[in-house]
Parts: sequence; structure tokens; C-alpha cells
Amino acid sequence: MRGKCGLFHTSYASETRFFQSGFQKLSLGLFLVLLLCSPFFLSNYQVSMLNMINIAVIGAVALNLLTGCCGQISLGHGAFIGVGAYTTGLCTLAGWPFFAALLFGGLVTAVVGMLFGIPSLRLKGIYLAIATLAAQLILSYVFLHWTSVTGGAIGMGLDAPVILGMSLDNDAKMFYLTFGVAAASVLLVANILRTRHGRAFVAIRDFHQSAESVGVNLFAYKLQAFAVSSFLAGIAGGLWAHYTMYITPEQFDIMLSIQYLAMIIIGGLGSVLGSIFGAVFVTLLPEFLGVLAQWAGSFFPNISMYFLALREGIFGLILVLFLIFEPEGLAHRWRLIKAYWKLYPFAH
Amino acid sequence: MAMLEARDITLTFRGLAALLNVSFSVEQGQIASLIGPNGAGKTSMLNCISGRYHPDEGQIALNGRDMLPMAAHDRVKAGLSRTFQNIALFKGLSVLDNLMVGRHVRLDYGLLSSLFYWGKARRSEDLHRRRIEEIIDFLGLSPHRHQVAGKLPYGVQKRVELGRALAGEPELLLLDEPMAGMNLEETEDMARYILDINEEWGITVLLVEHDMGVVMDISDHVVVLDFGQVLAAGTPAQVQADPDVIAAYLGSENASFIGR
Ligand SMILES: Nc1ncnc2c1ncn2[C@@H]1O[C@H](COP(=O)(O)OP(=O)(O)OP(=O)(O)O)[C@@H](O)[C@H]1O
Ligand SMILES: [Mg+2]
Repeated sequence: MRGKCGLFHTSYASETRFFQSGFQKLSLGLFLVLLLCSPFFLSNYQVSMLNMINIAVIGAVALNLLTGCCGQISLGHGAFIGVGAYTTGLCTLAGWPFFAALLFGGLVTAVVGMLFGIPSLRLKGIYLAIATLAAQLILSYVFLHWTSVTGGAIGMGLDAPVILGMSLDNDAKMFYLTFGVAAASVLLVANILRTRHGRAFVAIRDFHQSAESVGVNLFAYKLQAFAVSSFLAGIAGGLWAHYTMYITPEQFDIMLSIQYLAMIIIGGLGSVLGSIFGAVFVTLLPEFLGVLAQWAGSFFPNISMYFLALREGIFGLILVLFLIFEPEGLAHRWRLIKAYWKLYPFAH
Repeated sequence: MAMLEARDITLTFRGLAALLNVSFSVEQGQIASLIGPNGAGKTSMLNCISGRYHPDEGQIALNGRDMLPMAAHDRVKAGLSRTFQNIALFKGLSVLDNLMVGRHVRLDYGLLSSLFYWGKARRSEDLHRRRIEEIIDFLGLSPHRHQVAGKLPYGVQKRVELGRALAGEPELLLLDEPMAGMNLEETEDMARYILDINEEWGITVLLVEHDMGVVMDISDHVVVLDFGQVLAAGTPAQVQADPDVIAAYLGSENASFIGR
């Protein structure tokens, strides 16, 4: 093996690159090629899972920027995703081109997010959590009762996105859209984190008084974190709405907010890679539990019924187990495994 | 005109005065020290200058500019940097990133530039990185560059905090007990850094410190606070000979002050 015992940089620019070695680039490239070909060899159902994962990645990376990196907890992201879903839906129903509608949905969500982010100037931790919970409840109420616009409990039917005259009416076509937007979102957030804005966010999280003393305008930067995060949440919502082609208020209730929080906790707070891991994990968890139930069902015939009823309980249990045994999330475990193999067989 | 001019500063907490009619000034290019027993109001004074506390009365001017109406984060742009008595680093960031955050106000590309890491963001990151590396070299932090700040030894963290303050290119540097908790060697190093910063980089320093040996050695000007009031001010020699100062320090735990 052609091994290296360290990394050497000859310029500052090379050090801030995302991928430090050719091997990393190669393996990521291969993985991406495989992913892009996957609609050709996976079943429709499997591709639909990939679509759900892509959308979840956007939402998770958005929430992680706000909560994991900037330390501003949000229990309102489920509703923010809803704002994006309804806004984008209304725009396409009005005949807007899909991308214009998606962008507008993101922008409206950014404004809504900033509005509900204003209390963050005064509130921290659990108090901010309550304030954003209020945002969630208020918006849920609006989705349900502003019937003339949202369709209320009946919901809103939408068409598959049409891009350049092509209707993305199956999972495979949709995959390339969701994947592209997810990749772009991940890139944007990763970029922010290596520049002054991302550093200011983390500074606010780690020690807000010091952040102020180095010249970070706390209010402006918290609001920017809310804006960028809600923008991406809105984009996730717009995609989701046009993927399921039907939206109802209960899709965007508190459970969704909690699910996204679970993703970033399980994946790793403040880590872009962790957001991806978390989104994959939480999206696939019900599938995994389903398989488990079936397998157990072959021994205990009635267990699959209980499993279904217990799903949310099991979800909660897994979250608690993660908080206790893997508080730094899957991203941390991944780093440990990588570090181990880098030095293999010379660990220690 | 003095660089820093504090006039009749009064600061109260629920009716109790932490500072009472405090006036003093720091000339450009000086190392000035603010000393006094525990609870005298030294940190409170620095907090008034840096914008964390808002005095009830008085004026503070930096280079003739009124500071008090300015928000704390705007004062950094006006040329002010500070360190804290208790280490206040960004524990989750590397040493390098801590210093880059310290440079926040000198980088001026916008959010869109950040999102896309476009030309301006990229160029300015590289450019400012150069200056940060100079500071890292100066403070001997090279071996720790990529380490997470929260896990470094105490003395190193103190240096990182100094570096973060320097990264903002201040005209006036406020240091709150930079030598607290350090051993003799670390204290000497820190004193050397402060002298170099002052002499070679031309930065004016306002120092709060309990170590009287260091204060008397490196200061051009000393202001003594006691119970929130200015007890004496002058050169180290003048202050040491002041009967009020001697009386205030005698019998206190800082009595060693007289001996040194
Ligand atoms: N935020 C605050 N709320 C209430 N009282 C305060 C506050 N900050 C300072 N004080 C009071 O003001 C007085 C001066 O405190 P300060 O911290 O400025 O002293 P100091 O000279 O820095 O002391 P030390 O040498 O121990 O650091 C003390 O009596 C303190 O209790
Ligand atoms: Mg103090």
C-alpha cells in the first residue's frame, strides 16, 4: 500500500478544501456514480426511500446549521417545512415554473423563520425551545384553519414537478431532482461553515459573550442562521409536497419537528456529515423495524401488530439510547472508525 | 488627546456602586495598568469600556469618539479588543478558527459569498489567513494550530485568547488578568508578549493584573482603584510611594505589593 503518514499542505487554500486526499475524492466519486445509477437497478420502492432520504437530508442539514452549529434550538422546523410546502404548492398551482416556486417557497419560509427567530435575542436553551414550539403550534393552526388557502384538513392536491416541459412523474425521475437539491444544500451549508458566517454561528453557540467581544452582532447573526436554516427547510418542504403530490396539515405537526431533531442528535450535532447519517438512519428506521417485525413474526405470530403500535415508543427508545451511549452521534463514530483504519495495523 | 478617556464613570448594581466617578486616561502607545484589591471594580471598568456593562453616568471616548452609544460589537471595529479574566474561548473550534473568529470584523464578505464560497470569500480567507499565521507564530501556537481549543492546557488557552484579541487588529487592547493562574515562566513569557505587542506592533494596552511585580515592571502608567473609586494614578514609582495606596494595600492579602 502506498501509505502516507501525514498530510502536507503547501498553501492555505489546500487546507480548507473539503477532501484532503485523492483517495477520499475517488471513493466519494465512486459512491456518487453508484448512487446516480441506482434508479436503474433498484426497485421503485427502494428509489422512493432514496427520495425520502434526500428530502430528509435537506431538512436535517438545515436544522443542524441552526441548532447544532449556532446553538439555537428549534422545535418549529416541522412547521417551517410546512410553510415551504404550502407556499411552493400554491405557486405551482398558480402556474409558476417549478424552480421559481421552490425558490419563492424557500424565501417565504426564511422570512417566517426569521420572524419566529426574533425571540432568540432574549431567550436561550429551553426557553427558546418553548418559543419555537409556539411557532410550531401557531403555524399548525394556520395550516388547519386557513381553509381558503391551505384547503384545511382536506389538504391540497398538487401535480408532479414539471421541469423544462418534462413531468417528473415517477420515482426515478424525481430522484435526480431531490438528489441534486440535496447535494446543493449540503454544499451550501458546508461552505458557510468554513467561512466567517459559520465561524460566527459556532462562536455564538460556544460563548456568546466572547462572540460579541470579537465583533459578532449577535442578533443579526442569529437571525441569519434562522434565515438560512428556514430557507432550506422551506426548500425541503416544497420538494416533499411535489413528491407526495398531496399535503395535509398533520404531515407538518410537532412529530416532524421531533423527527428532525432526532436526526441531528443521532447523526451528530454540528456536523454536516452527521446530518446525512441521521437523515438516512431515521428515514430507514421504520423499514428496518418492519423487517424486524416480520422476522420476529415467524416466531411469535402476533408480534407485528404490537410492533406497529410501539413504533413511536421504539423510536423514542432508540433516541434515548443514542443520547446515553453515542452522545456525539454517528459522525463521531465514523471519524473513530476512519482514524482506526488510517493507522491500521499500527493502532496504539 | 488621550487615546482612551474615561470621565466620571458611575456604575451601580441595584443601588450598590461598583464604580463611582471614575476618571482616568490612557495615552497612545502606553501600557497602562488598572490595579486594586479584589472587588475594586477593575473588571467592571473593562466591561464598561468594551460595552458589556452600561454605566449609569459618565463618558468613555476612544480617539475622541464617544463609545457609550455604540453596541459592544461595533466597538471592535472602532479599534477595541479584549480578553477575559476567566478563559472565554470557543471551546469547540480549533485554535486557528478561534483566531479567525477574532478577525471577524476585518473580513467583510457577505452571506451569499459565504454560501457559494465565491471569489471574494475565498480570496479574503486566504489573505487573512496569512496574518493569522503571523500571530500564531508570534505566540508560539504553531503546534496547536489545528487542535480544539477547549482541550489545551490552561496556559496555552490564555495565549490563544490573547491571539484572538490580537486578530482583530486593535488599537487598544484590554487584558483582564492575563497572568492569573500561571507559573513564573509562563508569566514571564506573557509579560514579554505584552511588551512586544506594545513596542513592535504599536498597540496601546490597558492591563488589569494582580501580579504587582509585572505591573510595576512593564507599565508606563498605573491607576489604582479601591471600592470603585480611583485612589491614585501616576507612574509606577509615584503610585508605589503614595501613602493612600500603601494604606489600602497594607494588611490586605496584596501586602506583598509593598515589598516588591
Ligand atoms: N453583574 C454584576 N452584578 C452584580 N454585581 C456585580 C456584577 N459585576 C460586578 N459586580 C460587583 O461589582 C464589584 C466589582 O467587581 P469586579 O468584578 O469589577 O471586581 P474586580 O476588581 O475585577 O475584582 P477581581 O480582582 O476579583 O477580579 C464587586 O463588588 C462585584 O460584586
Ligand atoms: Mg476582575
